[in-house]
Amino acid sequence: MPWKSSCPDKAAEMTDTLSFYGETLTSRLLVGTALYPSPAILADAIRASGAEVVTVSLRRESGAGRAGESFWSLIRNLGVRVLPNTAGCRTVKEAVTTAEMARDVFGTPWIKLEVIGEDDTLQPDVFGLVEAARILSRDGFNVFPYTTEDLVVAEKLLAAGCEVLMPWGAPIGTGRGLNNPYGLKAMRAHFPGVPLVVDAGIGTPSHAAAAMELGYDAILLNTAIAKAGDPVAMAKAFALALDAGRLGYRAGPMEPRDMAAPSTPVIGRAFTGVARA
Amino acid sequence: MQISVNGKAHEVQAATLATLLAELDYGDATVATALNQAFVRATDRKTTALKDGDAVEILVPRQGG
Repeated sequence: MPWKSSCPDKAAEMTDTLSFYGETLTSRLLVGTALYPSPAILADAIRASGAEVVTVSLRRESGAGRAGESFWSLIRNLGVRVLPNTAGCRTVKEAVTTAEMARDVFGTPWIKLEVIGEDDTLQPDVFGLVEAARILSRDGFNVFPYTTEDLVVAEKLLAAGCEVLMPWGAPIGTGRGLNNPYGLKAMRAHFPGVPLVVDAGIGTPSHAAAAMELGYDAILLNTAIAKAGDPVAMAKAFALALDAGRLGYRAGPMEPRDMAAPSTPVIGRAFTGVARA
Repeated sequence: MQISVNGKAHEVQAATLATLLAELDYGDATVATALNQAFVRATDRKTTALKDGDAVEILVPRQGG
């Protein structure tokens, strides 16, 4: 069964939608399709997550069978929107060519743009990223750039034509959560009107909730669900966490303070004015 | 002629990218193509001629994050 929100404020929930390049979504969870124990578990996890967008890739066919065709059929049957990626591309040319091939196959102008610059962290080559984003935006693509929380790079990506930014939480596949909450918070404050998605590094539902509490619009994750002991249950846990984090953000969290402040009224407390024994 | 398909050498008869796909039994499969690292859209495959030494990439939808 698809996950249904337990959010008590149904009216607010109905109007709290998300828009990427003019397309309206109700789920704020974008889910990757790799690393699952089986195609059936992948399908069940996607359904349990409530995600309306899943990421896919293009690769050479491996083995004699037609695994690509069977995977594509499975995804189409889920009735979700696809966000093709340029995962693994290390040059502007590779990324642009892969994006063109993806548009031809998947029939969408959406592209999750990755230009990887470093092996240990798989962090983006932001110089190549901006250049590729400019080329693809000019060619009619709707670019979702996998970037860092660097504000200068973000400005350049927006100038290149991007209408969504996807900063990393932590390096891909590490599950370390939000490595730089200060930087992510600054990015949110700096671009109040731009859809921001934390992409990569999320390991647990609490990481995702924390990002949503910062005011991020959505979360893109893969490994945290696919490599969980029970991916279907974890998909549902992430959906609940995003719901809680989003509602918490909209409700206006209290300001933290350094010193304790009693929550129970002090006036009327028993034994006041009586000498302690 | 000898060409490279997805990094492996192939001896093929096909004169175009479209006939190459048929020769390699891709049939109606959903694929994306590139010739010598340049994208070739599906609608251009019939008119894309192959020559000896060409490098063809044939990619299919796969899992991705």
